[in-house]
Amino acid sequence: MNKGLSWFTWSALIFGFSFLYLPIILLVLFSFNESKLVTVWGGFSTKWYAELFNNQGLLNAAWVTLKVAFVSSSVATLLGTISGVMLTRFSSFRGRTLFTGMIYAPLVMPEVITGLSLLLMFVAVSLDRGFLTVTIAHITFSMCYVAVVVQSRMATFDHSIEEAAMDLGCTPGKTFFAVTLPIILPAVVSGWLLSFTLSLDDLVIASFTTGPGATTLPMKIYSQVRLGVTPEINAVSTILVGLVATGVLIATIISRRNDAARLRDERLAAVDP
Amino acid sequence: MAGSGHEVRKKWDPWNDPQEKPHVQLLSVSKRFGDFTAVDNIALDIYKGEFFSLLGPSGCGKTTLLRMLAGFEQPSQGQILLEGSDMAGVPPYRRPVNMMFQSYALFPHMSVESNIAFGLKQDKAPKGEIAQRVEEVLDLVQLSSFAKRKPHQLSGGQRQRVALARALVKKPKMLLLDEPLGALDKKLREQTQFELMNIQEQLGITFVIVTHDQEEAMTVSTRIAVMDHGRIVQVATPTEIYEYPNSRYVAGFIGDVNIIEGRVSEVGESHLNIVSEQSGCGIRARHAVDAPVGATVWIALRPEKLVISVDAPADTTTNCMAGEVWDIGYLGNLSIYHIKLDSGIMVTTAQTNRTRDVERPITWEDRVYLTWTPDAGIVLGQ
Repeated sequence: MNKGLSWFTWSALIFGFSFLYLPIILLVLFSFNESKLVTVWGGFSTKWYAELFNNQGLLNAAWVTLKVAFVSSSVATLLGTISGVMLTRFSSFRGRTLFTGMIYAPLVMPEVITGLSLLLMFVAVSLDRGFLTVTIAHITFSMCYVAVVVQSRMATFDHSIEEAAMDLGCTPGKTFFAVTLPIILPAVVSGWLLSFTLSLDDLVIASFTTGPGATTLPMKIYSQVRLGVTPEINAVSTILVGLVATGVLIATIISRRNDAARLRDERLAAVDP
Repeated sequence: MAGSGHEVRKKWDPWNDPQEKPHVQLLSVSKRFGDFTAVDNIALDIYKGEFFSLLGPSGCGKTTLLRMLAGFEQPSQGQILLEGSDMAGVPPYRRPVNMMFQSYALFPHMSVESNIAFGLKQDKAPKGEIAQRVEEVLDLVQLSSFAKRKPHQLSGGQRQRVALARALVKKPKMLLLDEPLGALDKKLREQTQFELMNIQEQLGITFVIVTHDQEEAMTVSTRIAVMDHGRIVQVATPTEIYEYPNSRYVAGFIGDVNIIEGRVSEVGESHLNIVSEQSGCGIRARHAVDAPVGATVWIALRPEKLVISVDAPADTTTNCMAGEVWDIGYLGNLSIYHIKLDSGIMVTTAQTNRTRDVERPITWEDRVYLTWTPDAGIVLGQ
């Protein structure tokens, strides 16, 4: 097949990947820049990383972001799993389509509107803006992602497995924890990861709903960039890119391994009498 | 019951014994889903130790009936009694009944061992007892060496046996099987039928099986209930169902059959004389239905009970239809002939190929005569 790789395919490949990754590569490169001027190369250095860990403001923001992401994704996973399971369980009641549709709606809602409406609500109930409000806001929009992921898993779930558990003496409540939850767990975990990432990323909704003392990392970066890009920001961004890339890599390796194991098992089963 | 008057010998037939108490009793049970009646006013007695089949086409209500026995559906009307006690409102997890599901419904995240132990753990049985009983039942289904495997590491036939073991390990009073062999290929299915029968006989548990495969029902059952549109059409032993069907529906559903229409011309002591334009002759048949002279009746003739010959019978009073060979199917052990009668209707007959060479083989377009004894035809009213 090597014959197919003409100069055209090569250039298309290079162009496509540069388009995607050149900005990130530049960012990573300049995070190791000695010079304080972002666009002028002044030799290799890791001093911005050292400085980063002395920048209390950035570290605080990172810590807040992680806390918000952890709490909001955990609560969102709980609520989203419940609604995802229930929407498939109650096969038909009046207005089921409406409810399912309403679960999806926040996915397509412009973030500005979600943020603004949440802000209005917090003001209306006179809730002081801070860590709590930004967490609630993140739960609100990430819950529907979990619900969608769990619901699509439940759609292919063999309901007779639950019936079998009940037939063997398991009460409905126990059945959920002993049988249903372990089987849909991968979907629940990916829902959690998805909402964790979404919470880490979010800038718009956080800036509407947060208050003093609860500045998230994206907000901090954004506000610093407005005063001028410093190599410190490059360094923190490089760390973020590194974390995300490692996460994706690990997830890919795990799922590859599982696929390989499954394939091997199936071959084994086919050989047996 | 339809067959009770006939001399069918049975070693074991509690259903004919008025002293015997039924194990399960269905008293005018109905189940409606909205406007649709899935099960329509069914009364049925099943006895302890029976291998009972619910047989019918898909949508006849057999699975709904099974699910009501398991407790997944509640009857809209009527009562289900298990050993005399009413099962109304008893949820599936409190019934001394286990079910084997069509999809097997094995827990994918548990090993074979844990799958089987699951039911015993729910009862909080002591650990030693659980281990012992799991081992016993694994031995019974010959899967002892697969205890540590996960369901996806097993072949279809092995999964089927795990499902069976899991349903048997709690020693239920009754085992319900929903199309248990439907997912297996033909050869494995036949082999498994006999295994199921052996296990049932060994344990003495009442088995109720749902199937749409009439051969399977005939092979395994002590009795069969043939269902249609939520009703039971006939309940009888496999032999009685085949030889003495009570309706054209049952005759047609179980095995092949030729149905000939006629009119009663004379009612004798033990036999009826029937005039049939379709067959082109007068038919003498054993008295089985209450039909007056002039009533329209149908004669059901099994293909293997017709004798095919190129010579007309010497005795003109013999039941005989004449026609032309339309098609021949050679199956090795059998030959199937499709005969077009003079009246235009098609009749099927099957002959065993007893010898390897035949002097004068019957071939296409031969004029042939089909004869049968008065006992071979079944007279049906409806």
